[in-house]
Amino acid sequence: MKLLSHTAVLLQKELQAEFRSHELLTTASIFILIVIVLFSFTFDPTSGESKQFGPGLLWLAFLFSASLMLQPSFLKEKTNDTLSALRLAVADPFAIFLAKLCANTIFLLITELLLLLVFGVFFNVSVISAFPKLALVFFLGSLGVSTTGTALSAVSSQARMREVLLPILLLPLLVPVLIPSAEATRALFEPEHALRWDWLGILIAFDLVFLTALWLFGEYLLEE
Amino acid sequence: MAKTGVYTLLVCLLMGMSAYAAFYIAPTEVTMGLVQRIFYLHAPSGMTSLAAFLVSFVGSVLYLLTRKPKWDWLAVSSAEVGVAFCTVVLLTGPIWAHPAWGVWWAWDARLTSTLVLWLLYVAFLILRTMMEDDGRRAVVSAFFGVFAFLDVPLVYGSIWWWRTQHPQPVVFTSAALDPTMRKVFYLSWLSLMCLMALLIRQRYELESSREELRVLEQELEAR
Repeated sequence: MKLLSHTAVLLQKELQAEFRSHELLTTASIFILIVIVLFSFTFDPTSGESKQFGPGLLWLAFLFSASLMLQPSFLKEKTNDTLSALRLAVADPFAIFLAKLCANTIFLLITELLLLLVFGVFFNVSVISAFPKLALVFFLGSLGVSTTGTALSAVSSQARMREVLLPILLLPLLVPVLIPSAEATRALFEPEHALRWDWLGILIAFDLVFLTALWLFGEYLLEE
Repeated sequence: MAKTGVYTLLVCLLMGMSAYAAFYIAPTEVTMGLVQRIFYLHAPSGMTSLAAFLVSFVGSVLYLLTRKPKWDWLAVSSAEVGVAFCTVVLLTGPIWAHPAWGVWWAWDARLTSTLVLWLLYVAFLILRTMMEDDGRRAVVSAFFGVFAFLDVPLVYGSIWWWRTQHPQPVVFTSAALDPTMRKVFYLSWLSLMCLMALLIRQRYELESSREELRVLEQELEAR
């Protein structure tokens, strides 16, 4: 119970810090927008082509932006040396991870939903009718990205060349998120809006495996 | 020292035997011909690299739980050896694929997942070079080692589901594999596993000598 109340307080802190500055959300949204615009030059953005390539490109853009967005998650604690204070404040260090990964999931979802609408307009793909199902896919995908990304942000914040290191560590690890998310999104762009439970199953498995691993081993990352 | 020498000789002998068996004893495959003989290096290397990564995972977990430096040495030694075997798989794959499939590289399930596996463990080795403090390096890389290994079945599963045009594993499942071929395959695997053990041992010794040197240097400075 203590874990949840501590997490809630820390989550509030994370959200407040971001919603006061809007730094992360603005830069990430613009970054994804740039990537989507650049993608339009690499293939003919007609409706058929968009449905075929769009989901993959969209998820690739999200993963790239996530590898940038998750960078400051632990780095900002490092620069202000607030990590030890956080460790002292909570009983279970997992609360720090849980709060950060919830905040990151929320940030990722906000940028993704914004950009999904832009993508629908630019590439002439109907996203509104399948929206509730899309939201489920995006939630499961983003949870996987932020679970591994938050943990690896704690890893890379302790290393040299951390800006390059995080994408190198994170992106190969996210292959089992990229494929199912892109495939499930593609199925939802089809007229039937079919929810592909086989792909969602892999996403759920990924989320559960890494949440458990983080719960078991995460505290070692926060040692001084 | 003597023990290592004898073991090295044994491994060399075993490697020589399996090379001889792969070239002269195993029958020539009907459709692919001589090039199929690369199978006796390609497939066992893949399995050996997985075994090395498993050892690395065990080392990482035990390091996190016990904090004994020897487990960190084991984890890094076996990850390096695993990457070496994985590289052999990725190099011999295209050599075999070109005559057999007509292309150097196909984005099929097993090839792609092996490449992702290779990338994951190369990232693991890069991470280790980016950490200055020995203790932190061990903890952080052990953590990443656990994550990387947990990712392996998910990578295989998702890519498998996604596309498969690679031949299904014939060694364990089907009776279609010629019995002689199977024996040669197991001999090659055995010799590569022994080679893996030798390499990990040597790399581990190197790591332990480094630690010894570090301690001696510290003592010297303190005087």
